[in-house]
Amino acid sequence: MKDFWTKYSRNIGGVAGIVILAIVLVVAIGAPLLFPDSPWKMVQRPFLPPMAVDGMLLGTDTLGRNVAAGVAHGARVSLLIGLISTVVALAIGIPIGATAGYFGGIVDDALMRFTEFFQTVPNFALAIVLVAIFQPSIYSIVGAISIVSWPPVARLVRGEVLSLRKREYVEAAILAGQSNSKIILTQILPNAMSPIIVLGSLMVATAILLESSLSFLGLGDPNVISWGYMIGAGRTVIRQAWWISFFPGIAILLTVLALNLIGEGLNDALNPRLARKS
Amino acid sequence: MKRLVLAFSALAMVAGGAVAEPVSGGRANVVIQPEPPSLMLGLVQNGPTQMVAGNIYESLLRYDHDLNPMPSLAKSWSVSEDGKTYTFTLQDGVKWHDGTAFSAADVVFTADVFLRETHARLRASLKHVESITAPDDSTVVFQLKNPFGPFIGIFEAGTMPIVPKHIYEGTDYKKNPANNTPIGTGPFKFADWVKGSHILLTKNEAYWDEGKPYLDEIYWHVIPDANSRAVAFETGKVDVLPGGSIENFDVERISNLPNTCVTDKGWEYFGPHAFLWLNNRQGPTANKQFRQALMYAIDRNFAKEVLWNGLGNLASGPVSSSTKFYSNDVTQYDYNPDKARELVKASGYDGTPVRLLPMPYGETWLRWGEAVKQNLQEAGIKVESVATDVAGWNQKLSEWDYDIAFTYLYQYGDPALGVARTYVSTNIAKGSPWNNVGGYESTEVDNLFGEAALAVTAEERQALYNKVQSKLVDDVPVAWLLELGFPTIHRCNVKSLVNTAIGVNDGFKDAYIEK
Repeated sequence: MKDFWTKYSRNIGGVAGIVILAIVLVVAIGAPLLFPDSPWKMVQRPFLPPMAVDGMLLGTDTLGRNVAAGVAHGARVSLLIGLISTVVALAIGIPIGATAGYFGGIVDDALMRFTEFFQTVPNFALAIVLVAIFQPSIYSIVGAISIVSWPPVARLVRGEVLSLRKREYVEAAILAGQSNSKIILTQILPNAMSPIIVLGSLMVATAILLESSLSFLGLGDPNVISWGYMIGAGRTVIRQAWWISFFPGIAILLTVLALNLIGEGLNDALNPRLARKS
Repeated sequence: MKRLVLAFSALAMVAGGAVAEPVSGGRANVVIQPEPPSLMLGLVQNGPTQMVAGNIYESLLRYDHDLNPMPSLAKSWSVSEDGKTYTFTLQDGVKWHDGTAFSAADVVFTADVFLRETHARLRASLKHVESITAPDDSTVVFQLKNPFGPFIGIFEAGTMPIVPKHIYEGTDYKKNPANNTPIGTGPFKFADWVKGSHILLTKNEAYWDEGKPYLDEIYWHVIPDANSRAVAFETGKVDVLPGGSIENFDVERISNLPNTCVTDKGWEYFGPHAFLWLNNRQGPTANKQFRQALMYAIDRNFAKEVLWNGLGNLASGPVSSSTKFYSNDVTQYDYNPDKARELVKASGYDGTPVRLLPMPYGETWLRWGEAVKQNLQEAGIKVESVATDVAGWNQKLSEWDYDIAFTYLYQYGDPALGVARTYVSTNIAKGSPWNNVGGYESTEVDNLFGEAALAVTAEERQALYNKVQSKLVDDVPVAWLLELGFPTIHRCNVKSLVNTAIGVNDGFKDAYIEK
């Protein structure tokens, strides 16, 4: 573990990413304490610019709601959707990829054609269709994002498994009479974890972007405030009140950037070949 | 906002003061939003169709801002003592756009044959008509079975557009090729329509009202994006933004541009009335105290000032103040969250979330939904917003699958035409979002509306409508929000555009551009 941190901290970008993400997390967790009122509450005159009135640090929106409260509460929603949909996508992608790679042959063919079916449809278009059909809500959004983001996981895991299953220790395990599922779970997957973790961190970023895009188009859950919704709602008044869409935009930018930097850092730290060079 | 008010008063001064001599020539560039599906006004009567085609077709009358009839195709008219015979004398020398002479036979064909088949709203009014006859070429007589008070109000261009008999008689109306090149008697002729781009109308040189119209052309621009429409006005590409063509949040900014005038007149005939459908059949909204609580809980003044730029009025009840027989002698519901909370408690509300359906008609309506949701939550009501598109909204209302839903309806100048339909129990039927969707039932209200429509004198009708209004306002079958104000924004040198109760829809007849 200590070894990992030493390697990770060599990547300054990665460290910066962790710092930014930590701040976002603190804001998200602390949102109910920082802004105990609902972010939907109309608290002041509409269209107040940032800092014009005490307590309205980032100004107010078209209805007089506190933009800062929206950004803080929106962080909860964005992070939550990003994390959960990534977990769900991994839960779909890993078993499919592992099965395909381990058994090969017709199983592999069948599963990969199935995966390609999802890969041929553009991600975002499919997500829009799914959310529109199942009515916008947190659940349908998480579901839609998971469904469009698992295929790359499956392909990655399949590739890793394909190369790992030829290793001597796997053959030894087969000879020792271990069951297939035990071999996959205890011998192969632990050794394939590094690339999955790196991909996972990038997927959280993509999921946040997807959720924001959906909300921007008005396909968000109307009962929760999210960054994408705030930008979409502020878009029509951007010439009078830039701050309504600017701050949630910055929040998305920073969070996604942080996650990408972390992914990069993890890649450097977990990739044994890079480690040996240094 | 102050400058907006100034602009209004400046306009009022122009309208009230000496009017300069109109000048001929020029082209008006106008936004049309959304693009109409057809311009054949006898077949299609949605908003944008009426706006463009109201300048191609005409009816027998026009109406001023107080809904008094003015001559149009009829130069004079009379109503018999018993209120059952309406006699119209038509203008002389009227020609259709293809050169054929117009006569009383066209009016009889239109009202008795064509529109009875194609125009559901007019058909309901024509049920009271026994016969429509033309004693001579310039006289039309409507003989009614019984007195029907609102009858004098149905001769508006979108309600009874006169169509050419020589083109439509004996044909399949919906498939007639002439529908693509509409032929009317109006001040402007159809010239060109490039789908997705523009509609061009040109001056009718042979118009019966000599000297009019003043404009050479009306060029209707189709611009699908609200921001682009605002920009088109800023850059000078268009001169007129009819009500509803830009987002409300842009209205103040655009109104403050130089040489820009704003008016909220020209909607009196429609009297757009915004309210919340409340499902009277089930859930918390079936309880009268709960419904009254909603009226106290909603901050309607906030919506008017913040979302509608201070235009329009708070709706005091079912009838708009611009509609005939309006009464203000009803229970007043002012914004009072404390009282709302008390009433919610008294109603025995158990905390079940109510489903709120905002109107999918753009940003203003979505924000309004959010504001109302917040108001209700502050009154102790749990609210769940349901996101939906136009088709879903129509379907959910038609199937009564909602608790609270936004809508707005036109009133057509008379409670019998545009108000009764929302409250009478005979108008409850699944499958339409425009009938009594709330499911309110009251024999008393049914009877009062029934008697009031058939009463002969205005005094009798007023007395009955007063009663029904005060009863409805106590029962709160729906939660009234605002009498919407739709601003028509135009360059100040486009003069005399909004003169009637339907505004831009037939306003280009008198409009001119000052050089």
